[in-house]
Amino acid sequence: MRILAIDSSGLVATVALLEDEDLIAEYTVHYKKTHSQTLLPMLDEIRTMAELDLKTIDAIAVASGPGSFTGLRIGSATAKGLAQGLEKPIIEVPTLEGLAWQMYGSSALVCPLMDARRNQVYAGIYAFAPMGQSGEMAEPEKGDTTSDNHITEKRAEPDGNMSQEYEMTCLMEGVCCLLPEVVERLNGLGKPVVLLGDGVQAYRETLKETLTVPYTFAPAHRRLQSAAAVGALALRYAAQGKMVSCYEHKPEYFRLSQAERELAEKKAELSDVSDVEKDGKAARAHGFEKTGEAGQTAGQPEVPDSGA
Amino acid sequence: MQQEEKDILILAIESSCDETAAAVVRNGREILSNVIASQIDLHTLYGGVVPEIASRKHIEKINQVIDQAVRQAGVALREVDAIAVTYGPGLVGALLVGVSAAKALAFALDKPLVGVHHIEGHICANYLQYPELEPPFMSLVVSGGHSHLVIVRDYGEYEVIGRTRDDAAGEAFDKVARAIGLGYPGGPKIDKLVAKEGNPEAIAFPRASVGGSVYDFSFSGLKSAVLNYLNECKMKGIEVNRADVAASFQKAVTDVLVAHGIQGAKDYGFHKLALAGGVASNTALRRAMREACEKEGIEFYYPAPVLCTDNAAMIGSAGYYEYSKGVRSGWDLNAVPNLKLGER
Repeated sequence: MRILAIDSSGLVATVALLEDEDLIAEYTVHYKKTHSQTLLPMLDEIRTMAELDLKTIDAIAVASGPGSFTGLRIGSATAKGLAQGLEKPIIEVPTLEGLAWQMYGSSALVCPLMDARRNQVYAGIYAFAPMGQSGEMAEPEKGDTTSDNHITEKRAEPDGNMSQEYEMTCLMEGVCCLLPEVVERLNGLGKPVVLLGDGVQAYRETLKETLTVPYTFAPAHRRLQSAAAVGALALRYAAQGKMVSCYEHKPEYFRLSQAERELAEKKAELSDVSDVEKDGKAARAHGFEKTGEAGQTAGQPEVPDSGA
Repeated sequence: MQQEEKDILILAIESSCDETAAAVVRNGREILSNVIASQIDLHTLYGGVVPEIASRKHIEKINQVIDQAVRQAGVALREVDAIAVTYGPGLVGALLVGVSAAKALAFALDKPLVGVHHIEGHICANYLQYPELEPPFMSLVVSGGHSHLVIVRDYGEYEVIGRTRDDAAGEAFDKVARAIGLGYPGGPKIDKLVAKEGNPEAIAFPRASVGGSVYDFSFSGLKSAVLNYLNECKMKGIEVNRADVAASFQKAVTDVLVAHGIQGAKDYGFHKLALAGGVASNTALRRAMREACEKEGIEFYYPAPVLCTDNAAMIGSAGYYEYSKGVRSGWDLNAVPNLKLGER
């Protein structure tokens, strides 16, 4: 199966071509140019370098969110245009899962952390467990976790058929929340963790000060989004039949637009809801229920006729 | 080039504001399909277009709209000769959806890509309405975001001789409509209210001229005058006749638009004047411009309302002429929110 993978959810623009277990090409740029200027030229370069006939592509994988709203849309619109033109399906890979997949096989927990601005992060917590031990996560090695930046990886020796396939389990669903909430969850889980994503850069000092479990920050080549990881995980999704058409795909923002948020707050005030509902939690809940469903908001008759 | 021997089909995409649109146009003149998904109901709730919401809706609708456009045209995607897309001016997030999708589609189908200026599209709407219309002519482009007096020297060759110094004409309509409680979008609502009732001579609002340029516009002074008038009435406890306010305001706008349009055509010796843009469907403006043109012996052109509003057919027409001139955009085509007419 040939997959073209795209991730432009963050500052990195990354595209990759995969063929089953092989990564044929990956092109990743972390530079200030806008994704709109870089993404297609990068795909074009891959096409040339890999002598790719686009018609032989089986599916388009795309990091489907969360991330920068505009970045997500550039990636999505590109994936949707390719899918429509090539008449091929789209495989949606949640951005946080795509990030976590880079640490495939890790005995430590994996926590992708994306800077969501407004003092928030998009985060999830994942663990890798040998296939078959469904739900059970592998017990992290207890050995050498005293040093902050070192996590041991003792694996079965290649002695006879000891090979293991891992599956990724989710310990905390991707959310948009305040950093302390993520740290609290990690500390509560009490296991070593590897953190990655641009949130590491943004919150390095806070993480250092508040994490009470052994942790490490992923190195440069595993720190930010990689389309190769998105594509590799997409292959698993494809095997499970998790594909959508270009008409169905849309990004998952994890957040309402500011105008919708303000309108929701205004509504909350009008209906005299307690202060608790007005804080980030309420906005977050709305974000999950209504992401991309702005049409429903508009249809609600009880909304005040603002501005008119 | 070979375009004279063979029909050229352009698939056009437009997403610069709150309409997601796609169309197929033959030889720059014939509309095979013109699909528009409007988000207007959604934005009415907020009293104006919310860029982030517009962008979110565009990405949900873009492929459906494209699919409908090719189906209605009775062609397959791979039969089109080129893909044209609006890349500015407009809301950057909204533009990026259309631009990114168009680029990917062109890339996937191995078709040439042509970036089109939104205002050029509005002007070209006249080519779709009037198969016999040829440049050169004078064009007055008035919409929610633009008020331009443009010399159309040739296909794809423009010179802007007048522009607004502050608010666009359509913007003034929106603001005044909001002030008198009509809501969004202001233009059609004022038009409708005035058509039924309203005396355009009831209140004397100012006709602003701009120092330094006879063709430039300024509508913010007029808008302020309306707001002041409303405030004054409120303070004095006088009941406002909304229809009279709307009619008098509309008259003040159209007087200036007509005067500048006619002046430009006469000064530059054009015998053709084409109206374009969303406000071009305003009935009072059309009537006043037609009368003025008749008096001056100028041929008056104006597109049907569906071609005045943001649509992709007009982009298909403009795209055809750019394509015929050999214009091709690269894969690095970006959205340019403040793109100037005549620039690339």
